[in-house]
Amino acid sequence: MTTIAADISQASYIGQPISRVDGVAKVTGTARYAGEYTAPGLLHGLVISSPVAKGRILSIQSEEARAVNGIIKIYSHENVKDLPWFDLSYKDMNLLPGSPFRPFYSNEIQFSQQPVALVIAESLELARYAATLVRIEYETAPFETDLENNLENAFTPKRGKTGYKKPKNRGNAKKQFTKADVKIEAEYMHGAEHHNPMELFSSTVVYGKDGSLTVYDKTQGVLNSQSYIARVFDIKHKKVRVLSPFVGGAFGSGLRPQYQLFMACLAALDLQLPVRVVLTRQQMFSFGHRPATWQKLKLAASNDGRLEAIEHTAISETSRFENYTENIVNWSGRLYSCDHVKLDYRLVPLDVNSPLDMRAPGAATGVLALECAMDELAYKLNIDPLVLRLKNYTEKDPESGKPFSSKNLMDCYKQGAEHFGWEKRIYSPRSMKQGKQLVGWGMSSGMWDAMMVPARAQAKITADGKLVVTSATSDIGTGTYTIMTQIAAETLGLPLEDVSFELGDSKFVFAPFEGGSATAASVGTAVLFACKKIREKLLSLAKKLEQSPLANVQDEEIVFVNGRICHQDDIECSLSIREVMDRTGTKYIQEKNSDLRAMFKQLGYARNTHSAIFVEVKIDEDLGLISVTRVVAAIAAGNILNPKTASSQIMGGVMWGISMALHEDSFMDHQYGRFINHDYAEYHIPVHADTPDIEVIFVQEKDTVVNPLGIKGVGEIGIIGTAAAVANAIYHATGKRIRDFPITPDKLL
Amino acid sequence: MKDIMNKEVDDRKEDAIVTEKQLLPVQLNVNGKQYILHLEPWTSLLDALREHLGLTGTKKGCDHGQCGACTILIDGKRINSCLTFAVMYQGVPITTIEGLAQGDKLHPLQQAFIKHDAFQCGYCTPGQICSAQGMLNEGHAYSRDDIHELMSGNLCRCAAYNNIVKAIEEVIETGQTPDAV
Ligand code: FES
Ligand code: FES
Repeated sequence: MTTIAADISQASYIGQPISRVDGVAKVTGTARYAGEYTAPGLLHGLVISSPVAKGRILSIQSEEARAVNGIIKIYSHENVKDLPWFDLSYKDMNLLPGSPFRPFYSNEIQFSQQPVALVIAESLELARYAATLVRIEYETAPFETDLENNLENAFTPKRGKTGYKKPKNRGNAKKQFTKADVKIEAEYMHGAEHHNPMELFSSTVVYGKDGSLTVYDKTQGVLNSQSYIARVFDIKHKKVRVLSPFVGGAFGSGLRPQYQLFMACLAALDLQLPVRVVLTRQQMFSFGHRPATWQKLKLAASNDGRLEAIEHTAISETSRFENYTENIVNWSGRLYSCDHVKLDYRLVPLDVNSPLDMRAPGAATGVLALECAMDELAYKLNIDPLVLRLKNYTEKDPESGKPFSSKNLMDCYKQGAEHFGWEKRIYSPRSMKQGKQLVGWGMSSGMWDAMMVPARAQAKITADGKLVVTSATSDIGTGTYTIMTQIAAETLGLPLEDVSFELGDSKFVFAPFEGGSATAASVGTAVLFACKKIREKLLSLAKKLEQSPLANVQDEEIVFVNGRICHQDDIECSLSIREVMDRTGTKYIQEKNSDLRAMFKQLGYARNTHSAIFVEVKIDEDLGLISVTRVVAAIAAGNILNPKTASSQIMGGVMWGISMALHEDSFMDHQYGRFINHDYAEYHIPVHADTPDIEVIFVQEKDTVVNPLGIKGVGEIGIIGTAAAVANAIYHATGKRIRDFPITPDKLL
Repeated sequence: MKDIMNKEVDDRKEDAIVTEKQLLPVQLNVNGKQYILHLEPWTSLLDALREHLGLTGTKKGCDHGQCGACTILIDGKRINSCLTFAVMYQGVPITTIEGLAQGDKLHPLQQAFIKHDAFQCGYCTPGQICSAQGMLNEGHAYSRDDIHELMSGNLCRCAAYNNIVKAIEEVIETGQTPDAV
């Protein structure tokens, strides 16, 4: 007989490096993404985009296109009339203040690549061909797309989108600056970036006989898409079912319904036929993006390296029709102990589409500037950059004065530095060389929120001992399927094979869109509570059984292991779940979590994840070639549910940080008001050959406040600070401060 | 202002406008099965697989030969199926991701990808796996750096690169490289 201890550890899944439960589907090509569902007679739609950034459509000539055999219909503002035109109908859960973009609303062009027509044909080939025959005449109007030229037009937004926090000042930074021993001041700039998930944005819409729609959509939130469709097309929610079981990456781009969803639904409802619309890679540069942002940092410190004042200004682009806001400057008031902080966040409306949350929105931008500035300050003070961070470490949130629910950034610094070998670093720039190459070591800190948002899960166990848990959440590659399966299996002591977790269906119980690193914590807690309820029911059934061995066992002494309900010290004293259900004639038990918010005790605490990132670069100065050769990312993110999938998240985030530092830039040609590098050849993202060794360390961090499982989320924290660490390493290698991102070879020469 | 798009269309007006469907019979040999399709001659091999044969395991990430998501094996050689026409591959053995496993037994690369968590969203994965098999068939990958270099035509926006390389290395090291497929 195996010991209880062994049995219990066998049943422990939380914290284990379990391979993805959807792995087989993904490696065999059987995982289906939104544009891969089909229906008999499926029609294909192709979107035509505006080549001008601002103006009006004068005429659309589509006779030639319509004459092509197999072309079903061509839609534009000219023939799409009976939709509601209230802004409210088009609002999605991202809730940007302003007036959302409404496709085919009028002949007005608000941004380059705005969708202006939709060609529906029997085949993709025909749609593509016919689209080339549509002649559209435009009248152009003057436009502005250049942020740096329009900084003086910046205004302070009164309201922001969901999650926006107005920056808070404290002390008197201005006065402190005049007195301080050491000061630095620097400006940083980066252009727009586009998410560019590998999967093209796609929606397949199947029209049902009863007028219902079954929609396969590329989205981070099926309920968001569902309510958008219901409101825009004025159909009942229950007549729209949105499914999204697999999402080929999103990184924020799926937080708002994109226009292919509108297009496919429009045509399907009008024609009463199944329709699929897939955007091209080029068209994926026509919607939201990380906004171009200009920043200014002023830091003041005492001679011994204590921060005395921080001033952070950020000015970002937004569209003319919505105020997209981010928490960019806020982090500068929270990462270090400092009494005098002045933060300023403003927007410049331009003739572009509204920006959109992109991995670690706000923090990726703001922490980049702050952490570069900290490095500049360290060199001004003549102290080690890591030492400067340690000197200004804060145990409580300096903004709110609240304690952190947990914060083990200290161990991130210590372990990160140790694994990286930071103590061997030679302080002066240009002092470390390897052959002809300059070597540079840089570091950065990072910080993100540990969020909990209302979410639900439903769990159902059947008499055969199989458990199915459902929630309308999403898995955008984050591992949701896997970690939820782990939590459910562990809570009910079931083998993993007997548990399945289903998501991405608007029929399931409520979950918000997957964003902000909040899913593991929010949905994970919901899964835990739903399964706990089943556990209670099972236990009470078990105790009531005639001659139940568990009748007199205290609830605290009960464990659920290997499909059995056992006394923790005596495995003989147990009943199998199946037997309990069988003997009580229970066909199934189904439960939902009830409390949507975890606990009020959270309110007394600041809840955040933290990181320390160490980066090595090697630079060929003659050619300006920069390669990142080594990264150590030490992460404090509470309880790690699955180190395998969590490391992947961090590695991905780190690569995104490297990309932000060296590669990514949606290059706006201000003559046309258009992103000109709008494809994968010209929009550079890291490839295999750009990949350094990345070591991910999760430091111990026990947190009993954030949620019962101590989950904080890992989707964003990997990118935050990484770009700064790269830039700082480049400075250390070359002695050059490049403050204009990405740092391309030309800027080093 | 006469804009860019109008100009493009004006030039094209010189070409004859096709109003009737022109379908060609095309015979494809995919994963050991023969198919006869009737396709517009300009149907890419990728669209033939995905739209006409329902083999959606092969992915479309750009349609321009820039991402590698559509990588398949033609007679053991890896190609971007979006960059070529279906009519050009009549009768040539084509292997897609759906043809790699032997029944329930996964191909060693597929197994190694799962073990090393060599993907997140999974959208680039079929292309990565086919490309890796193509690279092994070429026989030039001797080191980790070689693999990084030779796999660089396959983008992964989730950036699972290091785990992909680990998975491939394991397959090479354990000598379980299957015969060329
Ligand atoms: S789809 Fe063929 S290379 Fe991108
Ligand atoms: S796994 Fe998502 S693109 Fe590679």
